[in-house]
Amino acid sequence: MADVNRGNRPLSPFMFGQYYRPQWTSMTSIANRITGLSLIVAAFLVVWYLAGLSVGGRSFEVANGVITSWFGDIVMTLSVYALWYHTLAGVRHLIWDTGRMLRVDQAETAGKVIVAAAAVLTVITVIVC
Amino acid sequence: MAYMTDRKRANGLGSAHSGAHHHWQIIVSSVVLLVLVPLFVFTFGRVYGEPFEVALIYMSRPFPAVVAGLTILVGFYHFAIGARSAVEDYLGGWTRKLVLIGVNFLCLALAGYGLFAIARLALLPLPPM
Repeated sequence: MADVNRGNRPLSPFMFGQYYRPQWTSMTSIANRITGLSLIVAAFLVVWYLAGLSVGGRSFEVANGVITSWFGDIVMTLSVYALWYHTLAGVRHLIWDTGRMLRVDQAETAGKVIVAAAAVLTVITVIVC
Repeated sequence: MAYMTDRKRANGLGSAHSGAHHHWQIIVSSVVLLVLVPLFVFTFGRVYGEPFEVALIYMSRPFPAVVAGLTILVGFYHFAIGARSAVEDYLGGWTRKLVLIGVNFLCLALAGYGLFAIARLALLPLPPM
């Protein structure tokens, strides 16, 4: 039974590495989860900054120093990309939930659009802010 | 039966017998965040890194304060549910329980601290210039 027509069936994503070929659909899906979870770092920095701002003095200097340091700049810039990516990927989920764009080619195209559009929005955000 | 919604029909049918509620909650909060996130990025994003007085006066204004407060409230709620589904996917047993408690603790603590900071910023009289 075990070797009857293994066919050309998809493999579990948990076989990442030598058995699993990355696809736009699975990669944009896992990226949505990674970006969402990683936003806790920026959220922490923002709350720290607001707390420092509300207290003033030394507290503000430390919080402001951290969020505007070179490390803070890298974290915040990456987080802006993560935020836009996660937002757009969320929009894609909302569209999917209405039953639209569910064909594989449509989902792949939407994934490519999300990756590119998030980059454009990040550049705009960095310029405007 | 004819008048049941699709969500109600799916309720309790998964292997965990629950989860539709969390799914619906994350969708509703994502729609709210779709409005709040751009507003927050282009209010808070413009002002952090500015000198203390500038940032203080700006964040004390009603609109930036309300946007920041609502973004923190809904954002951490959204994160708590999203992180929960990730934890439930990858962890089990006691590790799962402890990490879930930790995630909720972190979200509640950061949200509480953030809301307190915004209330203080918005309600305390501005220092004399």
